[in-house]
Amino acid sequence: MPFIPHTDQDIQAMLATIGAAKVEDLFDEIPTSLRHASLDTTASGLTEMELSRLMRERAKQDGDLLCFIGAGAYEHHIPAAVWEVASRGEFLTAYTPYQAEASQGTLQLLYEYQTMMASLMGLAVSNASLYDGASALAEAILMAVRANRKNQSHQVLIPATVHPHYRQVVEAIVGQQGIQLTEVPYDPKTGTTSLSFLEAFSGNVTAFVIPQPNFFGQIEEVDALTDWAHAHDALAIAVVNPLAMAILKAPGQWGQDGADIACGEGQPLGVPLASGGPYYGFLCCKMDFVRQLPGRIVGRTVDAEGKPGFVLTLQAREQHIRRAKATSNICTNQGLLVTASTIHMSLLGPKGLRLAALASYQNTRLLSQKLSAIPGVKRVFHGAAFHEMVLRLPQPVNQVLVELAKFNIQGGYAMGATYFELNDCLLVCVTETKTILDLDEYADKLQFVLEKLADTGVTLEKKTLVD
Amino acid sequence: MLIFEQSQKGRSARAQLPREITAELDIPAHLLRQDEPLLPEVSELQVVRHYTRLSRKNFSIDTQFYPLGSCTMKYNPRGVHRLAFLEGFLNHHPLSLETQSQGFMACAYELQEILKNVTGMKGVSLTPMAGAQGEFAGVAMIRAYHESRGDTARTEILVPDAAHGTNPASAVQCGYKVREIPTGIDGNVDIEALRAAVGPQTAGIMLTNPSTLGVFEQKIQEIAKIVHQAGGLLYYDGANLNAILGKVRPGDMGFDVMHINLHKTFATPHGGGGPGGGPVAVSERLVPFLPMPIVAKSGDFYRWLTEADCPQTIGRLSSFMGNAGIILRAYMYARLLGAEGMHRVAEFATLNANYLLARLKAAGFTPAYPTRRASHEFIITLKQEAKELHISALDVAKRLLDYDFHAPTMYFPLLVPECLLIEPTETESKEALDAFADAMIKVLDEAKANPELLKNAPHHLPVRRLDEVKAARELDLVYDPERSHSL
Repeated sequence: MPFIPHTDQDIQAMLATIGAAKVEDLFDEIPTSLRHASLDTTASGLTEMELSRLMRERAKQDGDLLCFIGAGAYEHHIPAAVWEVASRGEFLTAYTPYQAEASQGTLQLLYEYQTMMASLMGLAVSNASLYDGASALAEAILMAVRANRKNQSHQVLIPATVHPHYRQVVEAIVGQQGIQLTEVPYDPKTGTTSLSFLEAFSGNVTAFVIPQPNFFGQIEEVDALTDWAHAHDALAIAVVNPLAMAILKAPGQWGQDGADIACGEGQPLGVPLASGGPYYGFLCCKMDFVRQLPGRIVGRTVDAEGKPGFVLTLQAREQHIRRAKATSNICTNQGLLVTASTIHMSLLGPKGLRLAALASYQNTRLLSQKLSAIPGVKRVFHGAAFHEMVLRLPQPVNQVLVELAKFNIQGGYAMGATYFELNDCLLVCVTETKTILDLDEYADKLQFVLEKLADTGVTLEKKTLVD
Repeated sequence: MLIFEQSQKGRSARAQLPREITAELDIPAHLLRQDEPLLPEVSELQVVRHYTRLSRKNFSIDTQFYPLGSCTMKYNPRGVHRLAFLEGFLNHHPLSLETQSQGFMACAYELQEILKNVTGMKGVSLTPMAGAQGEFAGVAMIRAYHESRGDTARTEILVPDAAHGTNPASAVQCGYKVREIPTGIDGNVDIEALRAAVGPQTAGIMLTNPSTLGVFEQKIQEIAKIVHQAGGLLYYDGANLNAILGKVRPGDMGFDVMHINLHKTFATPHGGGGPGGGPVAVSERLVPFLPMPIVAKSGDFYRWLTEADCPQTIGRLSSFMGNAGIILRAYMYARLLGAEGMHRVAEFATLNANYLLARLKAAGFTPAYPTRRASHEFIITLKQEAKELHISALDVAKRLLDYDFHAPTMYFPLLVPECLLIEPTETESKEALDAFADAMIKVLDEAKANPELLKNAPHHLPVRRLDEVKAARELDLVYDPERSHSL
């Protein structure tokens, strides 16, 4: 019986105390007709050794790949100490710190996290996490709609340069509440959001979402966009890569007054790729909006003897107190990921974070130069970018990815999946984890694959002509 | 001391820093960061020591008995955690080609099948990232179902007064009004009140069974009939699934849609607040509306189902595949249990709860529902003690911390005054339960002899009782180096 410690003697003694003859009697309040669950299709149990064997085989199927995919999940170096410490049972197996006196470790860590994240975003406050970047954006939008008393049109502008999955999640979540999401097109030359597209919406916008860098890796003119939002009584919501904020201007400093809310995916700060999760969403805002902020928040206070300590605070915003009137339905968040992330940020410090961001930027530029030398490969957008770039390929993108996979190279994200007009384009990401040799390997193999496909394509065309 | 207070300009964890580079930034100056973020400058050892020491200020399952009602704080197998850290899983990008993702996808697919089997449902989506998101997905599917039939006048979700706060909050997030249904004195839903409440405006009802009162809702089949006849659907909040795992299936009770808390029933770690996992399972008629992505199997090949395959889906709820690592852990736990292990979970969780209840009852504590069997959890009410001894459930909870037990859930459900909701789970030994019962008895004795001992508790923790009012009134949410601090 895995994980159940009872001996036969224990069971008999316990039943005697209860006054029941057998364990089944304890279920006698459940209608008999319901007590017939049959688990006919579930296999019988494994030992840990057997399970290890199975999982090693499965892990091997997915492993050992040279990854150039970004698109919202980024491979970065994570110091060994991060998960060694975060995996300590006292962090890993603790519950939500509702009993503050028995949770000072997690609570102090969350206070430190809030400090780091708020500072990285240049804003006054941070919550203690949401599920992931996409759901954090949905919560940011709901929050902005509650908070913006000057404009209650419930129209929210989202540029097409925001991660397409984020836009889908936002649609699924806020669409239930009658909020109108309007997509703003991008400038086909720069791959960024242009002020000229915004004029049509003047005076009718509750919130404006501003990505930095955007999904294409391009850097948006955030000052002008933020000022436009404020000039039109809209709140400005920044959705940013937190690592990029080590070198790019923080949302709190955008434009005249700064973005009102900043959110995004915390994964680049110490969380492994792990097939897509668990990651964590972060959400920061100006002090004015703290009572509209969803999710848990930790505050510093004192104990009965005046000694400093930490508690969950402003709980009147939350579902367990406010029920139907809460700011959000969120309860469980991503505490463990924030634990890892806080340790990660402490280990890298301001310098390490900046170097990781710079090295990613630099490597992407290097790869860009190498790939641009391949005939037919072209960067689609002009202007500054962070650590991703959109490339137009002379051969079908999906076939290129399949061919690169034969060399264990993950070539990037096929843009056609979500941008019809970029069907012949690939989104490529390079982080600090790649060496010059890796970049050369990628460039060599891409060239090889493109030539191979070109040859096959020509052969096919000729064959068709002959037929 | 905060990590920031250990910071020294110029110090760093050198082995962790990328090499210095001289990058010419081709980015306009007005878009660059000018200030330095407030991150500590500390050595690797300082970081490791600081956070290791902080961890020791926490209670956790690994270190303490944690009888937290409605939270299912069972043992989280270490082997499972380690296997989730295998390189192939850990470094795998969520947007990898399907051919490069077959290992993870096989696990996810098999978990979908196991969850269908244990819930008695016809379809599963693993993507919701916690119970509350599962609830949101479930209610959104109820709404999509009604709308697909042109049945658009249904504006209300019924929720018993004993429900988790997330239930009404999720219903509201889906654009519904919430109507509360009272509970009878036996702990069952008041059937007459339910009959009076249902109507053409009823979209559905959200129920937990066993309920948060720690008893099985005996009239569940009748409730299902009443709601279904009114054209509504039944939502099962899987928070208490541990009580019936492998014994009774929500699908057989008449539920149409439910979520499963992987971080409760399937033993994935709570991580100091998360991550969780809230897969949704549905009956036949709701299958077309499941959130994406889902794993399908064609022959021996696993592939992702997306919006293109399921045009009626309520959409996508996470950036990628939900909390994939939690899905992986829950899958492994389910494989360790196997079919024969599932019902033992329910049996021993129930045995432990009823044993602890019997011991506390014998010692003079008052069960909230004395005529009822406990499910996997039960409620003690301290109403009498509060009146006679002027102590509160909070005082008892805080004093238990001094005896090295995590406190039970307090003041929930809201309808039972001065209550403690106690859930021991199946992984605790008889000795652990006895020790906890002895501590409860001792605290009750102290309440009679020296109530101040409780009111001023805890006495032996890193901090004494904390001032929550001050925390909310004088907000201090981030460290400010300008302010004086000392810990």
